[in-house]
Amino acid sequence: MDTPGNLKTSSSEFDLDRPNIEDYLPSGSSIQEPHGKLRLRDLLDISPTLTEAAGAIVDDSFTRCFKSNPPEPWNWNVYLFPLWCCGVVIRYGILFPVRVLVLAIGWIIFLASYIPVHILLKGQDKLRKKIERCLVELICMFFVASWTGVVKYHGPRPSMRPKQVFVANHTSMIDFIILEQMTPFAVIMQKHPGWVGLLQSTILESVGCIWFNRSEAKDREIVAKKLRDHVRGADNNPVLIFPEGTCVNNHYTVMFKKGAFELDSTVCPIAIKYNKIFVDAFWNSRKQSFTMHLLQLMTSWAVVCDVWYLEPQNLRPGETPIEFAERVRDIISVRAGLKKVPWDGYLKYSRPSPKHRERKQQSFAESVLRSLEEK
Amino acid sequence: MGNTSSMLTQYDIEEVQQHCSNTFSQQEIVSLYQRFCQLDRNGCGFVPAEEFLSVPEFAVNPLSQRLLRMVEGLNFKEFVAFLSPFSPRAPLQHKIEFIFKVYDSDGNGKVTFNDMLDVLHDLTGQFVSEQQREQVLTCVLEEAGYTKDSLLVLSDFVKIVGNSDLKMEVEVPVD
Repeated sequence: MDTPGNLKTSSSEFDLDRPNIEDYLPSGSSIQEPHGKLRLRDLLDISPTLTEAAGAIVDDSFTRCFKSNPPEPWNWNVYLFPLWCCGVVIRYGILFPVRVLVLAIGWIIFLASYIPVHILLKGQDKLRKKIERCLVELICMFFVASWTGVVKYHGPRPSMRPKQVFVANHTSMIDFIILEQMTPFAVIMQKHPGWVGLLQSTILESVGCIWFNRSEAKDREIVAKKLRDHVRGADNNPVLIFPEGTCVNNHYTVMFKKGAFELDSTVCPIAIKYNKIFVDAFWNSRKQSFTMHLLQLMTSWAVVCDVWYLEPQNLRPGETPIEFAERVRDIISVRAGLKKVPWDGYLKYSRPSPKHRERKQQSFAESVLRSLEEK
Repeated sequence: MGNTSSMLTQYDIEEVQQHCSNTFSQQEIVSLYQRFCQLDRNGCGFVPAEEFLSVPEFAVNPLSQRLLRMVEGLNFKEFVAFLSPFSPRAPLQHKIEFIFKVYDSDGNGKVTFNDMLDVLHDLTGQFVSEQQREQVLTCVLEEAGYTKDSLLVLSDFVKIVGNSDLKMEVEVPVD
């Protein structure tokens, strides 16, 4: 006879990769645990579990993170509408061609300088790298100008020191461009197809960027190693990591992956908040390609954002990397006015692990077994 | 409310409201429609199972598979009717009927011992053995005056579960 009270342990390992979701979900959300003696009513009354499921169907915090919230339309009356029409004409007819021209000029200057430097100075790595860094900064400035980026930088500029890692919240690939125009970072990015991928493998390689592929399982260890090697190298550009792992709509932050926080380095948080007054800078990669996203930015009045360089943080004694990651996420979320949700950004691409469901089942099972004991 | 239109007319809203016995206000129906369209990404007019499962909060729920069988493939009108027991305006009877339907998976109006065992299995997972589940269920059934072979109908459920402090309400966010 089975000894009651001996719960069979869960077969899925305790995943050390994420903090306890139950800390975030509203209390009382577990399956109702009956007090006192178990009755038929307690077993049949599944209303709390059903309520939770229905609540998730009606509205859930995960989908909210990836919803594009376009700015309120203001052109809805007789006076404002013609004004808006004029605006459209100016934006598409005048601003857009000018911006395309500016960008084209920028690319010409960049390529005309980059290619010769890359080939001619092959031997003198240090000088070459220095010039290439400046050139990348230059082209980023051109990019930002091409959408009339109005960026306000707060806080002390990052300094080039070894054993430093920068982390920021992620809204779009332009986050990288905005930060790069100030300081040459080596960023970790998902390898993209198309012209972006081409840029990644040629130019961005020179600033020391590292690529990963979400869909490859073994990729994580390879990337982790590359990261560690890079951080240790004194001459390399400081590493910029977006620990959310995916673009979020700039109203919420999803959970930070702990990889950036176990590199034995100082973590410098950067908070980025876009002002949606003219355009929503969230790149909804499920809805539009990056090219369309850029075109959208280039045909709007301006991209307004604030960048805060926050105080560098170190792992506190006795703190786990996950706690450290959450602490930094807290700092960034508070500064940029973002709400935190307990979900892993990668759930955009995969299902949640059965471990979460098992936790709920486990607590209910305990009370069932307890009642068996009392019989 | 055709297959591809993403706008609800006043007529549509009233039709849906009637179908769900006025348990949702017109504003709530509009919100639910926005949510429905958000979930129905491909605009098929119904939400397939995998879209529900892409909501992590739903996917980790122990009863998600049962509910999925009830809610997938519904058009918007039926979707609202499905959610109507969760409205604060829904009468207790509807809520208990919903719970009964979750148990009565073959829809024959009777809940058997095995039906109850299945739901208990969903709720406790691998942490309780089949034997232990049977034991507990038999015990509480006998205590309530039923036997292992009893077939419970809706009125039994009303008697067992129905008392006014049954909390089964969901708030529909209204902008």
